[in-house]
Amino acid sequence: MSDPPLVPRPEALVRAVRVGKRFGETEVLRDVDLSVQPGEVLAIIGPSGSGKTTLLRCIAHLEHPTSGHVEIAGERVGAVLDRGHLRPMSDREIARLRQGIGMVFQRFNLFPHLTAIENVMLGPVQVLRRHRSEAEPLARELLRKVGLAHKADSYPERLSGGQQQRVAIARSLAMQPRLMLFDEATSALDPELIGEVLAVMRDLARDGMTMLVVTHEMGFAEDVADRVVFMDHGRVVEEGPPRELFRAPSHARTQAFLRAVIDRQAMAEAP
Amino acid sequence: MSWNILADSMPQLLQAALSTLQMTGLAFLIAAVLGLPLALARMGPGLPGVLALGYIETMRGVPQLALLFLIYFGLVPLGIALRAFDAAVIGLGLSGAAYLAEVYRAGVQGVEPGQIEAAQMIGMRRRAVLRHVVLPQAWPAVLPPMGNYLVALLKDTSIASIISAPELMLRARDLSSEYFLPMDYYLLVGGMYLVMAWPLMQGTRMLERRAARGRLQGEVR
Ligand SMILES: Nc1ncnc2c1ncn2[C@@H]1O[C@H](COP(=O)(O)OP(=O)(O)OP(=O)(O)O)[C@@H](O)[C@H]1O
Ligand SMILES: [Mg+2]
Repeated sequence: MSDPPLVPRPEALVRAVRVGKRFGETEVLRDVDLSVQPGEVLAIIGPSGSGKTTLLRCIAHLEHPTSGHVEIAGERVGAVLDRGHLRPMSDREIARLRQGIGMVFQRFNLFPHLTAIENVMLGPVQVLRRHRSEAEPLARELLRKVGLAHKADSYPERLSGGQQQRVAIARSLAMQPRLMLFDEATSALDPELIGEVLAVMRDLARDGMTMLVVTHEMGFAEDVADRVVFMDHGRVVEEGPPRELFRAPSHARTQAFLRAVIDRQAMAEAP
Repeated sequence: MSWNILADSMPQLLQAALSTLQMTGLAFLIAAVLGLPLALARMGPGLPGVLALGYIETMRGVPQLALLFLIYFGLVPLGIALRAFDAAVIGLGLSGAAYLAEVYRAGVQGVEPGQIEAAQMIGMRRRAVLRHVVLPQAWPAVLPPMGNYLVALLKDTSIASIISAPELMLRARDLSSEYFLPMDYYLLVGGMYLVMAWPLMQGTRMLERRAARGRLQGEVR
């Protein structure tokens, strides 16, 4: 397993190096190279099944690449160099790695047996070993930040999808991650609830959070992302600043994808 | 009918019923406690998983009575002579552990994988995920079958009478053959089992309704 020499970019926070992933016969990711600078917001777009979720999951170590690897701040995800040999990370090392990565899921995945504020406090109290008296004001502050101070004591089932997703974002932020991964954070939401979640993500981007955002919200990608990556069939087809990529995509497949998305949106907006 | 004789037997029968309850409680405790690591091993990889599966399948396939005989009589040559009551508690507990392990496993596997991933992504280690996220959500699904098992166990303690462990069934058998009143005694004792099982059955029904309605919110933390 030797990687070809790449242009060293030590300042990257996330680096995917020729990441490949197959599930049995299906090749889901093929030689994906990607890097994200600290503070950068990267949007990943592409048709269904192109491997966007799988790529995020590889970065979070929820999935393991079958070839290549991911680095976060120069550290290899899932493996450590131990006396000259790479060995798989231990349970503790994986947990520590993930502390630094927030992940927001399409289906929110709030803990249904805990209230909103308990969801946010669970990490600080159980993982960071903060005292409750210290964790609670912090959690309240985060809920306020996502506009849900008044829902602190509600259970998830009493919250709308948009509210649940905002609590989920607060829950991730409570661990003070240096990187946030969003996997179609608004896809499961009713249209009228999408805006409130995007607004929170926008704030986060403005505060300088490093973000990888898989999204079908082209408007959001265009406004907020520093760079957009278009994936298809497990490959990065094209990447660039949003204005360039959206206005003048250079690949035929990107053009076709964007045209399809625009048509669909036009159809949805038609009276 | 022979009300006087039956009435005179009541203190003995109540005493025996108490033993039945003790036997049930102790066996249940063993089963409930031992079942959890067994379930976890069963779901895990490697040798522990294989061993746990082997244990569970063995217990499922061997009659409880055979197990009781094995523990009560079979260990004697090895120098282990248990009291009949203890042998019964151990035998029923060991087979119950296998049963409850499967109940726990079903409960844990019913928890959405997304819940586990969300917990992992806030940096929780395996044990913490289990304790704070998986088990609290598995409980509502696990409690009703646990209640059903408890009811079944209460009745199953009657087989301990065959190794002469002191409990309700044994006392009923002794008394009925002493006074030649099998009909009376077995009706009475059957009623006593029913009276003991009744609250458990109702409790289980209530847990079933709660589980069906949704989660036991915030109940377990
Ligand atoms: N655990 C798995 N086992 C087998 N195949 C999988 C698994 N996970 C994903 N796949 C397959 O990998 C391909 C890429 O999936 P992925 O979820 O990464 O796509 P995506 O770009 O996120 O799509 P979408 O926009 O629909 O979310 C799909 O064809 C999917 O069926
Ligand atoms: Mg996806």
